[in-house]
Amino acid sequence: MNVSYEWLNEYTEINVPDRDFVHRMNMTGTEIKGFRRLDAGISNVVVGKILSTARHPNADRLTVCAVDVGEAEPIQIVTAAKNIGAGDLVPVAKHGAHLPGGVKITKGKLRGEESCGMFCSVEELNLTKDDYPDAVEDGILILKEGTVGEDVLTTLKLHDTVFEADIVTNRPDCLCMIGIAREAAATFRSEFHLPVPQVRGEGPAAGESLSVRIQAPDLCPRYSARVITDVKIAPSPLWMVHRLRAAGIRSINNIVDITNYVMLEYGQPMHAFDSACLEGSRITVRRAEPNETIRTLDGQTRSLTDDMLVIADEHKPVALAGIMGGENSEIKPETKTVVFESANFFGPSVRRTSKAIGLRTESSARYEKNLDPQLTETALDRACQLVELLGAGKVSSDRIDENHSNQSVRTLPLEAEWIAHYIDAEIDAAGMKELLERIGFTVDLANETVTIPSFRADVENKYDISEEVARFYGYDNIPSRFFSADVNSGGLTEEQKFEKKLGVALRAAGLSESITYSFGSPKDFDRILLPENSAFRQGLVISNPIGEDTSLMRTTSLPSMLQVLAANYNNRSEQAHLYELATVYRKNKDETKLPDEPKIVTIGCYGGETDFYDLKGRVEEVLECLNIGGAEFRPLTDNPSYHPGRTAQLLLHGQPAGVVGQLHPTAAENYGIGTDVFCAELLFEQLFAATGTGRSYRPLPKYPAVTRDLALVCDEEVLSGEMEQIIRTAAGPLLERLTVFDVYRGKQLEEGKKSIAYSLTLRDPEKTLQDADADRTIQAVLEALNQKGITLRS
Amino acid sequence: MKEQLEAVRQAALAALANAETGEQLEELRIRFTGKKGELTGLLSRMGKLSPQERPIIGQLANEIRGAIETELKTRKAALEQRELAHRLRRETVDVTLPGKHRQIGRQHPLNIVLDEIKDAFISMGFSIAQGPEVEYDYYNFEALNIPKDHPARDTQDTFYFSPEMLLRSQTSPVQIRVMEQTRPPIRILAPGRVFRIDEVDATHSPIFHQIEGLVVDRGITMAHLKGALELISKKLFGPETQTRIRPDYFPFTEPSAEISITCYKCGGKGCRLCKNEGWIEIGGAGMVNPKVLELCGIDPDIYSGFAFGMGLERLVLGRYGIDDIRLLYENNTKFLEMF
Repeated sequence: MNVSYEWLNEYTEINVPDRDFVHRMNMTGTEIKGFRRLDAGISNVVVGKILSTARHPNADRLTVCAVDVGEAEPIQIVTAAKNIGAGDLVPVAKHGAHLPGGVKITKGKLRGEESCGMFCSVEELNLTKDDYPDAVEDGILILKEGTVGEDVLTTLKLHDTVFEADIVTNRPDCLCMIGIAREAAATFRSEFHLPVPQVRGEGPAAGESLSVRIQAPDLCPRYSARVITDVKIAPSPLWMVHRLRAAGIRSINNIVDITNYVMLEYGQPMHAFDSACLEGSRITVRRAEPNETIRTLDGQTRSLTDDMLVIADEHKPVALAGIMGGENSEIKPETKTVVFESANFFGPSVRRTSKAIGLRTESSARYEKNLDPQLTETALDRACQLVELLGAGKVSSDRIDENHSNQSVRTLPLEAEWIAHYIDAEIDAAGMKELLERIGFTVDLANETVTIPSFRADVENKYDISEEVARFYGYDNIPSRFFSADVNSGGLTEEQKFEKKLGVALRAAGLSESITYSFGSPKDFDRILLPENSAFRQGLVISNPIGEDTSLMRTTSLPSMLQVLAANYNNRSEQAHLYELATVYRKNKDETKLPDEPKIVTIGCYGGETDFYDLKGRVEEVLECLNIGGAEFRPLTDNPSYHPGRTAQLLLHGQPAGVVGQLHPTAAENYGIGTDVFCAELLFEQLFAATGTGRSYRPLPKYPAVTRDLALVCDEEVLSGEMEQIIRTAAGPLLERLTVFDVYRGKQLEEGKKSIAYSLTLRDPEKTLQDADADRTIQAVLEALNQKGITLRS
Repeated sequence: MKEQLEAVRQAALAALANAETGEQLEELRIRFTGKKGELTGLLSRMGKLSPQERPIIGQLANEIRGAIETELKTRKAALEQRELAHRLRRETVDVTLPGKHRQIGRQHPLNIVLDEIKDAFISMGFSIAQGPEVEYDYYNFEALNIPKDHPARDTQDTFYFSPEMLLRSQTSPVQIRVMEQTRPPIRILAPGRVFRIDEVDATHSPIFHQIEGLVVDRGITMAHLKGALELISKKLFGPETQTRIRPDYFPFTEPSAEISITCYKCGGKGCRLCKNEGWIEIGGAGMVNPKVLELCGIDPDIYSGFAFGMGLERLVLGRYGIDDIRLLYENNTKFLEMF
């Protein structure tokens, strides 16, 4: 809502610098987001009258003018403008004048003729053609009114500031000049003058030509109307044009401007119909009929449904209630009789209709917040007063008023002590009365009650009243205190602590944290090679997505990570080692229930020394760091997104807990990554479940260990994990540590064989281990291996 | 004999003085004082001396042996000292060459700041609460006093799955879930991801993070709200930080407030970050609306509370001077390495 300082001062007297106005209004709850001085950068421009014009002696395209600028002698101005003539009133930028954009006007000679200034166009005065529809494109602004020599900014009402107020949704009463003036007057403790419109009503009674019937009182609690006869459609006077301009509304003609002016002044949207276009004499407010349509003033044909409210004559809808009028009853230059509608509509209905047909107007934006039904009458009278003031027609002697609204006045107890405590303010009932009455409340101290004005439907209880008191008492004046906290509260849960440690472990493993969107695209599933029947394809679908790429909730976190890796790859990052603790969304079988939102520790790497074992090593470090034991890696050949020969399933105490491996080369190609990509997806829940309860101390070894190295030969298919299992079982408790130090394939071995070299550390905690005992253990190990066809390399 | 002994002394001391290595010293030790050395050789002929001469010569011989041995030690120490100095010189490295690096993982800036905020609140006795991101309309709106067709819904353009299920547009539904399940005193912080229909650009993202706080107890007043906000602002932005609240509107709080702090870049003097205002808006707050308390089964005549919410991205962008919100979700490694 744009608020003209000049207009505001019609209802109160405030004369503080613009910035102070903004600050203090903000502090009482009327948010002013910005302001604009209309005269910014303009000075020394006056109203001039062109006395005579003559062709420039040396230039065909230039005109030499004698101009009266209210000085003793006329001044001479040379211009290239074509739309001027003797007798015109024009804005004259005199010698030394400033215009927007830092332009300075100085006198000089043009082709030998002296020019002492410049005529101004609309744009040169910081205005637009929207403000002056009659202005000539690229021409000089011809003024309709003005006193020669007067500051043109005064003439055009440009010594003004327009504030941009952002009104909160529960205060539709502030979507107008009077509402803001009431708040401003209370803020600055100045007088507030609420105008009372007076109508002479010299025309015939409205009932002679019109009747109104409300068929849907639930959607239209009140409908007030007056008829204007002998209408003379004409341009509006400048003062009205200027005020509409300040509010950002274009002047059309006197009748339409009046409806807009009243809406801006009182916050009550109004509508004017051309009575000649109404069939029959009855206006009906009803729900639209099935398949009914209306062509609105913007030229669009709208299909209506039976939950939409229309204003109709006997045969057709003539307006979409509270949103926009119909083209069929538009005010035209030849209009002679006008019906002014000032109605109250049920907010949610206007909101639903406006959303359904995709049309939001100044009118609907007000109605959808539920307006005060009391306002229809006052606003209607004000419009009629303006008709009479402008001589635009004869106002009917009475008004039609179909009123089904609830007229009861809300009176609440004034719980002054409670309020003072709640907002921690040093203020008593009398102090509250003083503050509340400035904004239209009535306080009865004897009975300790507050009467809420009809335009403040948002105030329903003592909490609401406390806010009104607090706003004008000043949030700044409320002290600061700290609530007492008991010692035993707060802190992280075990799971939250684990999550924090998990992050530390992942970073210690050299992985950086990434954060990605939760959305997914149906194409993601193809890119990561999921089969058509994959359960992952059944994601939650957003009904109103921004685009297809973000149209569903991700069921897998792999695509998000791959997008990040691809972006880095395309940015020529040589390597990336990243993780994300990513939430995925898995549809519930019962689709009315919320989905599961498990977290997946997603790791993605490429470049540098990265290979499968590098990734596996990082995962093992993370597990070690988090005290998670019982980990086992098994070959996983059937995960479609991964390389079938370079992928492992992670099991924790036998439970599947994730995947670690190389991304399928085709998937990498689908993301445009031209190198091997390694990924892991670990289930947060399983990791947390497997974390050890704590670590405990074991005495440090007192006796020396014996180390034996075994180079073993086996078939290519045998897995190291299987061999380790055999070794561990056969070696028994003496085996302290088992590590692999070499894997060999080559000429010295038979075809189809490989050699893995293990180092065994044996130790007896009770005594020094004798070579003989170590030999016995190794012998047992070799026998067990032999049974599986695994032999010592010769 | 005496002359011979003196000659050995002379010869030994002279040779020792010229010895340059440990090996030469060892050779000299063997040559002069070894079992078959020159001094030992002379002494083996002591038997031929007269009994009067014997003690005199014996004494002299011991004196010479002592002198040679002392000199050997001194010389050895000097040589070792020289050798060490030499070695240290040899081992000198260019300390200006770069160090050897192991890759370090970085924390995302959003979580760096979030962790600080969590820690600050935990130190004030808060717990961390979480709730689902896919939420029921009831928790996201209705229970927060925002019925269907309420105009406040327009300010939060929301993604829907069905008329009853949506992506939460704020973290406030966590408040409701906590109040339904816990009895006061309640003191929680609920950070999390929220979703609103917004095209992605330098300042907008359809996904961002909010941090919601809630305190419910007996006798909580607006002064407690102010006190908590001031304390937390000082903890997060430094002890000089001032906090200001001004009236605002949220359906689930009454009275409601907008929270601003003195600009953390210019300290309130006015700069580009704060658009010369000196203040930066960081979020909204208010006293929990009694209708909300009642819906959660908490008696507003006994208990009252306050709530506040902040946008995490704005704090992070401001703190690090990041000028484009998209950077936070692109995860460019060069970007992540800056934090």
